Amino acid sequence: MHIIESGNVAAANGVKLAKVQVVAAYPITPQTPLTEKLSEFVDAGEMDAQYIPVESEHSALAVCIAASSAGSRTFTATSANGLLYMNEQLHWAAGARLPIVMCVVNRGIGAPWTVWNDHQDAISQRDTGWIQVYCSDHQQIIDTVLKAFYLAETVNVPVMVCYDGYILSHTYMPFDIPTQADVDKFLPPFKPAYALNPGQPANLNTVTLPDIRPDVRGNMAPGYMEIRHNLHTDMRNAIDVMADINKKFENVFGRNGNPYIEEYKCDDAEFVAICLGSLSYHLRDVVDILREEGISVGVMGLRLYRPFPDQAVRDALSARKGVIVFEKALSYGNQGALYADIKSALYAAENQPTVHNYILGLGGREIKTDQLVECLRNSCTQPETIDDTPQWIGLKL
Amino acid sequence: MKKDKFGCRKSHSEPGPGDGGRTGSWRVMRPVIDLDKCIPAKTNKAACFTCWLFCPDSVITRTIPPTIDYEYCKGCEICAEECPVGAITMVDETVFIEEEK
Amino acid sequence: MTEKTTILNLPEDELVHPGNRACAGCGLSIVYRIGLKALGRDTILVVPPSCLTVLQGLYPIAATQLPCLNVTFASTAAAATGVLGALRAQKNESTIVAAWAGDGGTSDIGLQALSGACERGEDFIFICYDNEAYMNTGVQRSGTTPQGVITTTTPFSGKAQKKKDVPSIIAAHNIDYVATASASYPLDLYDKIVKAKTIKGPKYIHVHTPCPAGWGFNSRYTVKLGKLAVETGLFDLYEIENGKFTLTGASEKLIGKERKPVAEYFSTQSRFRALSEEMIDNIQKETDAKWAEYNKNAS
Repeated sequence: MHIIESGNVAAANGVKLAKVQVVAAYPITPQTPLTEKLSEFVDAGEMDAQYIPVESEHSALAVCIAASSAGSRTFTATSANGLLYMNEQLHWAAGARLPIVMCVVNRGIGAPWTVWNDHQDAISQRDTGWIQVYCSDHQQIIDTVLKAFYLAETVNVPVMVCYDGYILSHTYMPFDIPTQADVDKFLPPFKPAYALNPGQPANLNTVTLPDIRPDVRGNMAPGYMEIRHNLHTDMRNAIDVMADINKKFENVFGRNGNPYIEEYKCDDAEFVAICLGSLSYHLRDVVDILREEGISVGVMGLRLYRPFPDQAVRDALSARKGVIVFEKALSYGNQGALYADIKSALYAAENQPTVHNYILGLGGREIKTDQLVECLRNSCTQPETIDDTPQWIGLKL
Repeated sequence: MKKDKFGCRKSHSEPGPGDGGRTGSWRVMRPVIDLDKCIPAKTNKAACFTCWLFCPDSVITRTIPPTIDYEYCKGCEICAEECPVGAITMVDETVFIEEEK
Repeated sequence: MTEKTTILNLPEDELVHPGNRACAGCGLSIVYRIGLKALGRDTILVVPPSCLTVLQGLYPIAATQLPCLNVTFASTAAAATGVLGALRAQKNESTIVAAWAGDGGTSDIGLQALSGACERGEDFIFICYDNEAYMNTGVQRSGTTPQGVITTTTPFSGKAQKKKDVPSIIAAHNIDYVATASASYPLDLYDKIVKAKTIKGPKYIHVHTPCPAGWGFNSRYTVKLGKLAVETGLFDLYEIENGKFTLTGASEKLIGKERKPVAEYFSTQSRFRALSEEMIDNIQKETDAKWAEYNKNAS
């Protein structure tokens, strides 16, 4: 069924169709309408879930961690400082290998307060052991929520589904809501290998020692370092698993998309602009303008940020003359985090394109098409004039 | 998913005794029950069992007579202190080492 | 509660394995051992970092025969909420969810989550074992450390502030059952937990738990000192059922009676060595005033 609704409502519909059993939420702008919608679904009897209105984001993720440990499919959503308040729990959920799915409706973080969009919230949590997927439109939001549960439950790693605050969360766009029957065909019920159970008692997340030790049967059990290594390898495995899930998704729903990189006019492009989230659609307009000027440029929207699809990035970018990274976040005192990741991926490439880094849109600073056109044109036509430091767009010093 | 040598991928502990080792070795004094004084032992009736109630490590049995698992008894002396008839005395472990020799 | 449990009919089934890492004479070991007997095997535990984390054993061996989820320090009651949510989703209405935290995990870092869970009316039992400082990290002051106590963060003059009254804070959430208990009165503790299991909604039990290492006394006296805290009227055993306050057990027996002087309790533990005569007098007066109120209400 095609409807015209907001990105938050698209996410809520995905959560409902995924038959999530436990939802915990704490209000924060611009996420709130998503969990409000879920509370509506539950209260109206349209969704058979426990909706738990907790007293903080830290507790929201605590509820998900515990409910997931007890064998239920769980969901929460947050933004900005709410995500930061969860920080300890993010690490905990990943270390405990719980397939929680969370929508992060991207917003800048304080201080000073801002309620507007940038990516600093999610990017600052990139090392928590969560898979991070970014969406560029409403269809991607609902589809990614469904795929996220499949992915999380396959590799036992939690997934953040990230989308831009206001730009996607509050704008209205047409999208398809799949039928429950189709979703049920795609997404099997959650069956964890172990769930808290008095009939089969286990003590989860207990204190580990630096070295490995035998278990009660005398078999060596993995120690802290092995557990962490497993998290890393399973996250790396998630890259391939995503391709399989995408195929399965296409078989059921008839639509697909590259799970790693969404390309626009890149086939012959000498230069490629790359970014996370809805900005890639804005850059399509910019690419169209520059193409008319005869500049050979395309744009890539990076869908998967963690695990970093470095092989796909290398394959997509290494034959180019230049790569231009647009980022709504910054690793302060260094450079854009995505910029660093892309340069790192290209280090192993035979041909290394020049790579530029533009920082823009922090705290919701308006991103103007003519600014993007000018910057991208400069990077494509006079790359030697731009140095290896973050270039700020729209800064009014 | 690729199988690796560890089936378990997270900190998952199963119940078993002696995680802290043979905690009896912590003990410097050993509680010894004088069965001539111990109420259930003396009367041959299920009675008292104060030592069993208060033992923090559940190493004393509620049996006639009560027995102490010296493998795990940490020697805290609570049983000796709480025994209402003073039937439990603490004896220096070195005495038993001598005996074992 | 009709029949009081006795030593003879207390369940023999032990749910905590011996050979665990708790200190010799640990008050918590008594509380935990008895508490698990009361909770029974159809229980899921939720535990934040505390001495209990150590007692329960180091991975991959557990000293506890119940399923247990270790959670972050501040999240105990929220995590218990999550387990309950999952059980409800799975139509499991029989399994008991018990959160079990120390005084720091309850009165300080865990208070917000506990307050939230109580306000939401979550159907769980929260047990706080109060050993009156952060013992697991080496005896730092907590919200429930009594006034005057020497800890490693109140090293010379002792804690200036009074003990936080957590049971009253929880009772202010208008939950149906709040109780205090003591490691030294295991049967009273047992009966209170068993009663809590029959009540829907949040139940809070605050258990005074002597700690030989942290309080500075010979492990032999764990039970004696817990009793002395009650006999001096410093720590009171009570229940608040549907808002009604009732002294219970050994504290109830003290109504209208002369209590032992608080100085006797203070003299038994090195943690009180900074208390001046004047402070002891003040605490005695405060205790007398509290008990005058109890006696008035009882008559």
